[in-house]
Amino acid sequence: MEDKELFKGYSSITLDVMKKWGAFVWSDIDVETSEGSKYSGIILPRSETADKLHLVLKMATGYNIGIRADKISSIVIKGRKVANYKIPEKAFPYDKGKPRVKLFGTGGTIASRLDYRTGAVIPAFSPGELYGSVPELADYCNLETEKLYGVFSENMGPEQWIGTANAIAKEIEKGVKGIVIGHGTDTMHHTAAILSFMIQNSPVPIVMVGSQRSSDRPSSDAALNLIHAVKAAGESDIAEVMVCMFGPTSDSYGLLHRGTRVRKMHSSYRSTFRTIGDIPLAMIDRNKISPLRQDYKRRRTDNNFILAPYFEERVGMVYYYPNMMPDMIDSMIDSGYKGIVIAGTGLGHVNKPLYPALKRAKDKGVAVYMTVQTLWGYVQMYVYETGREMMDLGVVPTANMLPEVAYMKLCWALGQSSDLEKVKSIMLDPINGETTDREPSNGYLVYQGGIPEVEEFISKFRK
Amino acid sequence: MYDFEFKPFDEMTPEDYARVGFMSGLEVHQQLLTDQKLFCRCPAGKYQKSYNAEILRHMRPTLSELGEYDGTALMEFKTKKDIIYRIHYDTVCTYEMDDTPPFQINEQALDIAIEVGMLYDAYIVDELHIARKQYLDGSIPTGFQRTAITSVGGRIPYKDRYINIIQMSIEEDSCRETSDVGHRRVYLTDRLGMPLIETVTYPEMKTPQEVAEVNQILRRLVRSTGRVRTGVGAGREDVNVSVTGGTRIEIKGVPSIKRIPLLTYNEAMRQWNLLRMRQSLANKGITPDTFKANFEDVTKIIKKTHFKPIADAIHNGFKVNCVKLDGFAGYLKWQTQTDTYFSKEISDRVRVIACLTTLPNIIHSDNISETLASAEWVALKKFMNVTADDALILVWGDDADALMGANEIIIRAREATIGIPSETRQAYPDGTNGFERILPGPERMYPDTDLPPKPITDERKKLIRARAPEQIWIRTQKYTKLGVPDDLLEELAVSRFAPSFELLIAEPFNLDPVFVASAIIQYPKRLRRRGLPIEKLTHDEFEKVFKLYSSGKILKDAVLIALDMFLRNGEIDESKLPSPCTDEEINIRVGMAMKQINHITLINPEKKYEIVMGIIMDDLRGRVDGKMVSEMVSSLLNSEMSNGR
Repeated sequence: MEDKELFKGYSSITLDVMKKWGAFVWSDIDVETSEGSKYSGIILPRSETADKLHLVLKMATGYNIGIRADKISSIVIKGRKVANYKIPEKAFPYDKGKPRVKLFGTGGTIASRLDYRTGAVIPAFSPGELYGSVPELADYCNLETEKLYGVFSENMGPEQWIGTANAIAKEIEKGVKGIVIGHGTDTMHHTAAILSFMIQNSPVPIVMVGSQRSSDRPSSDAALNLIHAVKAAGESDIAEVMVCMFGPTSDSYGLLHRGTRVRKMHSSYRSTFRTIGDIPLAMIDRNKISPLRQDYKRRRTDNNFILAPYFEERVGMVYYYPNMMPDMIDSMIDSGYKGIVIAGTGLGHVNKPLYPALKRAKDKGVAVYMTVQTLWGYVQMYVYETGREMMDLGVVPTANMLPEVAYMKLCWALGQSSDLEKVKSIMLDPINGETTDREPSNGYLVYQGGIPEVEEFISKFRK
Repeated sequence: MYDFEFKPFDEMTPEDYARVGFMSGLEVHQQLLTDQKLFCRCPAGKYQKSYNAEILRHMRPTLSELGEYDGTALMEFKTKKDIIYRIHYDTVCTYEMDDTPPFQINEQALDIAIEVGMLYDAYIVDELHIARKQYLDGSIPTGFQRTAITSVGGRIPYKDRYINIIQMSIEEDSCRETSDVGHRRVYLTDRLGMPLIETVTYPEMKTPQEVAEVNQILRRLVRSTGRVRTGVGAGREDVNVSVTGGTRIEIKGVPSIKRIPLLTYNEAMRQWNLLRMRQSLANKGITPDTFKANFEDVTKIIKKTHFKPIADAIHNGFKVNCVKLDGFAGYLKWQTQTDTYFSKEISDRVRVIACLTTLPNIIHSDNISETLASAEWVALKKFMNVTADDALILVWGDDADALMGANEIIIRAREATIGIPSETRQAYPDGTNGFERILPGPERMYPDTDLPPKPITDERKKLIRARAPEQIWIRTQKYTKLGVPDDLLEELAVSRFAPSFELLIAEPFNLDPVFVASAIIQYPKRLRRRGLPIEKLTHDEFEKVFKLYSSGKILKDAVLIALDMFLRNGEIDESKLPSPCTDEEINIRVGMAMKQINHITLINPEKKYEIVMGIIMDDLRGRVDGKMVSEMVSSLLNSEMSNGR
C-alpha cells in the first residue's frame, strides 16, 4: 500500500512519530505521553485541512480525541481495525406495476458517507445503496440511477447543464415515466431554470431534489425529499421541470415549485425553497399530490419535446449598489462579455454615473437586461425618469423574471443568436412562467414575526 | 450457582452483594453555570412551559463512522414516532431546531469542563473532537447530541481506595419530554443545548450504598468550582449495574442520589432473578435453540368478551393477537424486582416498541383473574393448541401495532433463555425500574463534520489550573486540623467561599477559624431565609466585613448585619453599622435595665435573667458582646439575691 493511504492525512511531526513506532491509520494502539497520560484506541485518518500536530484516536467508547504528537513517548501496536463503511446494499425490488423512474446524480447528499480526507460527507448512490437507506422508495417506482457528476452545486457549470439536458432527453426518448435529479441545493434554482429552457415541453415530470441536512444525520430531510421526488416523478400529472423540497421545516409535506420561479431563500433552513411572485404548483406527501393550481403542463405519452442545449458563457450579472462606479460595467465590456444582467434597486434602477458605461455597452452590442433585487415585483422603467433614460441606453426590462433566472436565460438566448433583437424576443417570450402577466396577491407573502395574527397562525400550524 | 436468593433491601449485607458480584458505575451529568448555551447564543437556564410554535420531525437511523448501524437507532426507527417540539422564541433559535449549523463552542463552558477534569487529576485532551452521539428517541432534534471528550482518566479517593474515572465529556443538554402516548412524543426545548458535563466512572462500587456515597463526592467536587448549576434537574445521574453473569444495564435519569441504593438493589435483583429464570428454563430444556413460539389473530374468538380493554379495542376495529410461548407456563409470574414479575418485562417492550402505551397492554395465562371469562380462556387454549406447560399472552392494537407487539413478545421471551438483554432502563419512584430502550453502543458515535477539531493549548490549561479550587478531600483534611467542626466541614470544603475562609484565617487577619467557617456557611443560609438574593454575595463582601471586624470597628454580631445590609442596599455603609459600645455605655444601659425590671411585678420571677437580657440586647444588638453582658447581668442578679432582695 502507498504511504499516502497508510498515513492518510498525516504529515510533518505526526507522520514522523507514526513511522518511528510503526503505526498506521487503523492501527489499534496504546499510547503514552511525556505527561504520563495513557490512551487506547484506533488511529483515524486526519482531515487534510486540520493542523499537522495531532494524532486522532478513536477510543473504545466511540469518542475521538487528538493527541499532540510531540508529547507521545511510546506507542504499542495491538492490532488493526479498518473501518468498513458501507451503506447496506439490497437489490432494488422490481414491480412491474410501478413506473420506471430515473434518478440522475450530479452531487449533493441523498445517501452519504464520511470522507476522511476532507472530513466532509460524500454521497453513495447506487439503487441498492439507496434502497438500503430509504427502502420506502420501492413503494413508488422501479428506480434506476446514473451518476452524471459528483460536484458540489457551486461547481455546476455549462458542461454539466448541457450534459444533464442531453441525458434527460435520452431517457425521455427511452420512455421513462419520470426523472429525478439529485442536486446540491445552493444552485438548484439555477439548474432548474436552465433545464426549463433546455428541455421544453417534456412529456414527463423532471424533478430536482436535494437536502438541507446531509443524510448522515438522523434528522436529515434527504430521505423524505427523495420519497416525495420519486413519487412526483413517477405519479404526478405535472410534466414540468420542478424543484421538490420541504414545505415547512417540519417533516410533513414537500412543495413542487416551477423551475423558473423558485429560489433558495435561507442559507440553512429545510424550508428554504420558495416560489417567488406566484404560488407553488403542488403540495406533496407520502400519500398524495395536491395541485395548488391548474395551469401546469400535463403528462403526455408522446415524445414531442424540444431539446435546446445552448449556452453562452460570457454573460455576467451585476448586483447594483449605490456608489457603484462605471468601471464595473466597463470591465465586463472590455473583457468581451456579450450580456449583462443587472439586479437593480426598486423598480429597476442604477445611478447616473453608470450611464456612460451603459451607453458604451449598447454601442459595443452587449445585451443588458434589468431585473429587481427586491426579488418580488416587476421591473417598471416607465415610472421614473431614471428608468426611461436607461431604456434609451438600451437596457431591457425583464418584467418579473428572477435575477438568477434572467441570467440563465440570457446565457441560453445568447447561445442561440448574437442578433440582439432575436435575443430580446427570446428573453421576453416566456417559456414556462419565468415572466408572468400578473402577480397574484398571495404571490408575495413574507410574514412578519411578532405580529399577533402571524403569531396566532404560527401557533396553530406547524412551522 | 444461582442458589442465592435476594433478601429484602434492609437485610442485604456487603457479603451478599459480593456473592452476586454486584458492580456499579456512575455517569454523572452536571449542568454548567454559563450565560449561554453550548453551540448557540441562546440564554441558558431559562425554563418555561409556554411555547410559540411546534415542529414535527421523524428520525431515521444512519451509519456510524465505522459503518455500522446502532441497535438503539434501529429500535427507535421501529417505533415510528411523531416527534413534536414545542419552541419558545426566547429560549430557542434556529440552531436548536437543526435549521442552522452550530456556532463555535462556548469557551466559558469549555473552561469549566477542563477545570473539573483537573479536579479528578485527569489528563486533559490536547485536541477536542466534537462528536455526534445518536439519539433517535427525539430528545434532540438533530437526532444526535454534540459531545466531546475533555479529559481521560483521573480518580477520586473513597474509603481506603480510589474510584477511577474513565472519561469526562462536555455536551449539550437534551429536551424535556412532556408526554409520550401512542405514536406521538412531545418535547419542550428550553433546556436543549445547555452546556453539561458527563463524568463516567469505572464500575468499582460494590454495594448500593457505595454508589450513592461516591455520587455524593462527585457532586460535591464539581460544586466546589462554584461554576455549576444547582437545583432541580441541574445534576442528574445514570447508574450502571451488573451482577455476575449479567450485563451492564444503565438506569437513566435518576433524579436524586437518595434513590440510588434502592434502585441499584432492585436492578441487581432483577438481573439475578432473570439469570435464575434462565437456569430454570434450561433445566426444562428450553434454550435459545429449542425456544418455540408462535402467534395467531384471535379477534374472532373473543369478540364478545366483557373484558373492557379488549372489548374497547375490538369495538374500535383493532386486532387481538395471541402469542403462545412453549413451556413458559408459570414464568410470566416469575419475580424480577420487588413486587414486579417477568410479565412486566414483556409489557414494557410492547409499550415502548409497539407504542401500545395504554395499560394494561397485555394479559396472560399466568394471571387469568379479572381478565377474560374462563370460557374464553378455554376457547383460546383450544384454538392455540396449548398444553399445561405453555403460556399465552394477548396483545391488541391496530394491525401494525398488534403485529409489532406480538413480535416483540416473542423476541423478549426468547431473550430470557439467553440472559439479560442490554438495555437502558428508567427509574421509577418506588425503586424499581422499567425498560426504556436498547442500550446503545459505540456505533452511535459519528464525528461532527460541522465543526473542526479544536486544540486546547498548554497556556489555556495553565490558566485554568491556576483558578481551579483545591480538591475537597485536601480541604477537608486541612480544615479538620484547624478545628472546623464536623457539621461545617463538608459544606465549607465545597463552598465557593472556601478561598475566602483560608484568606481570613491567615496573616494579617488571623481570625478564628470556627467563627469564620460558621459565618461563611451559616450566615448565607439565614440571609436566604430572609428572602435575600445570596447569590450576589462575593468574596469581596466577606473580606470587607471581616476586615471591619478584625480591626475592631464592628463586633461579631454586626457581621451578619453588614451582610444583610449589602444584600438589601447593594453596599455596606460603615457609618450605619452598629459601632461597639464603650464600657461606660454598657454600664449605664445595664444599670437602667436593672432599674426597669425592679419596677415591674413579674409573673415568672425565675425568667428575670432572660427578660433583663432581652431589654439590653434589643437596644445594643450588634454593638456588644452578648457573653460579656450576660456575665454582668448574672453577677448583678446574684448579688441582688445575696442582698436578700
